[in-house]
Amino acid sequence: MSGLSSAWSVTEPSSRQKWIAGILVIGYALITMMPLLWVFLTGFKTPPDSISYPPKVIFEPSVEGYVNLFTTRTRVTPSQLDALPPPANFAEEIVRQRDMVIAGPSKFGERFMNSVIIGFGSTFLSIVLGTMAAYAFSRFRIPFTDDLMFFILSTRMMPPIAVAIPIFLMYRQLGLSDTHLGMILLYTAVNISLAVWLLKGFIDEIPREYEEAALIDGYTRFQAFYKVVLPQAATGIASTAIFCLIFAWNEYAFAVLLTSGNAQTAPPFIPTIIGVGGLDWPAVAAGATIFLLPVMIFTILLRKHLLRGITFGAVRK
Amino acid sequence: MADVRLASVSKRFGTTAALTDLSLDIEDGDFVVMLGPTGAGKTTTLRSIAGLDTIDGGDITIGGHSVAGLTPAQRDVAMVFQQYSLYPHLTVRDNLAFPLKSPLMSLDKAAIKRKVAEVAEVLHISHKLDNKATALSGGEMQRVSIGRALVRDPAIYLMDEPLSSLDAKLRSELRVELKRVQADLGATLLYVTHDQIEAMTMATRVGVLDKGRLVQFGTPRDVYENPASLYVATRLGLPRINALPANVFGAGAPSGATTIGLRPEHIRQGEGRSTRVTRVEHLGDQTRLHLDLDGHALVTLTDAHSALSPGDTLSVTPANPLWFDSAGARVG
Repeated sequence: MSGLSSAWSVTEPSSRQKWIAGILVIGYALITMMPLLWVFLTGFKTPPDSISYPPKVIFEPSVEGYVNLFTTRTRVTPSQLDALPPPANFAEEIVRQRDMVIAGPSKFGERFMNSVIIGFGSTFLSIVLGTMAAYAFSRFRIPFTDDLMFFILSTRMMPPIAVAIPIFLMYRQLGLSDTHLGMILLYTAVNISLAVWLLKGFIDEIPREYEEAALIDGYTRFQAFYKVVLPQAATGIASTAIFCLIFAWNEYAFAVLLTSGNAQTAPPFIPTIIGVGGLDWPAVAAGATIFLLPVMIFTILLRKHLLRGITFGAVRK
Repeated sequence: MADVRLASVSKRFGTTAALTDLSLDIEDGDFVVMLGPTGAGKTTTLRSIAGLDTIDGGDITIGGHSVAGLTPAQRDVAMVFQQYSLYPHLTVRDNLAFPLKSPLMSLDKAAIKRKVAEVAEVLHISHKLDNKATALSGGEMQRVSIGRALVRDPAIYLMDEPLSSLDAKLRSELRVELKRVQADLGATLLYVTHDQIEAMTMATRVGVLDKGRLVQFGTPRDVYENPASLYVATRLGLPRINALPANVFGAGAPSGATTIGLRPEHIRQGEGRSTRVTRVEHLGDQTRLHLDLDGHALVTLTDAHSALSPGDTLSVTPANPLWFDSAGARVG
């Protein structure tokens, strides 16, 4: 009886069902977030705390991991340490407790910026090319459309790394190895098929009448595309961009193979931190935490487009 | 505003002919209504003039110039779509202003604002200007879509069943409003509908389409009173014209006639053949009588306070009948 009185409609779940669903969702969220939370916490542990057994859940937070992430350090003898002037800042102070001094900044900042340039650059390029290709496939009569679409999809049918060696040789020949442009082009090439397929689906859903109305209202086809189709494809573009960014941002294998100095991204760099002065887990965890932030912020910023469903309804079907 | 002329226009979609040898002269200031059932080619005619569909043969001129090869924007036409096609990401105000902001128009902000306010006033949507286009009722959306055409001053307005989705009250209001706007502006309009009341009340000329061919073109009165064929006669008039074998009322049919067409008002009561009343529909202002004449159904009108009831006998005789041959063409 309580179910009857609380529900507005028979399709509305009862309050008990909502409770069960809520508990399941929260439970699932906790399980999936646990590793992330552990990484986040490890970033604020001292190196001894990070490898203590049994693992420490309660600990005294420290920013040593972050200091180690952004610096390179040299070990000094106690007598040398005593001869130094007092530490200039908190970072120096933390480092000296381990009988070391800061020798200079690490490469992390640079590698992180490489990730930003390559990740966002390839996402932007994938979306621009993908949207235009998807629009053409959706609206124009193109010979062999189905075959072409299948061909585009087929580029995803093998793992991209299978062509690593040809690409390695090709890039060396073209001078694209270890360049930002080379990595942007490579990630765009991998992402473009996904972008075309996803965006074609979204653009197919936008009725042609809008563009026809715009054409009659005095706009050219490109202006109609820009002013009428693009705003309505925003939802699709946002979700496609997130997929593209996540791939380019996390890609590891090609980055290891094709970049070393100039254009190295963060994923191949972060594990190398481990080798500098023992097993420095807090520094690795700090790097991973900072590395996660851009994708998280990007997703949160585009969230309203992902959830928005207001664009249908103005055409009577 | 300008003359629009279609000369022997034809259009095929694959193997189906959508328009066949269609010629039509729309004079400056005309309100032309195209009538015809679904699939007769009404919408294709509009789209061909607008440039959304390319024609396979013939020519279309607007203001004396051929528009072959011109983009829709270059043709200077405004169109109201049957599906409102409002831009869902824009407000009502921006929807109305959209054509005025096109690169072809060079209007300043104040002029755009004035135009939009004017049209919103006429169509009673001033209070909705800041709403999202999607947050409107069907009737409001359709008014905005008509408004989006009216803000401009094009060579011709093309309207594709703009009132079909509105409720009866709004439809009759907008019918009057559209006719008034057209008369005030001296606008040229090509209006497609299958609603004969819209055709009779608004049109200066009516064109009747049948399977992509223009079968008659004239004033509403002329098309109603002198239909070229039985098909045209059935498109106009409510209740529909009664079609019976030519000889049911005895001799008198012109040679070649096989069908007698009797509009409800062309049946005189009280003399002639006797019929049986099968149904009586009291509509308030009139009463429709369904009669049975030797197994043929007939519909006619009678006094609003008629005392007739089903089973009664009524004698009827034709007055001013129309005669048609076996192919449906008019004879005599």
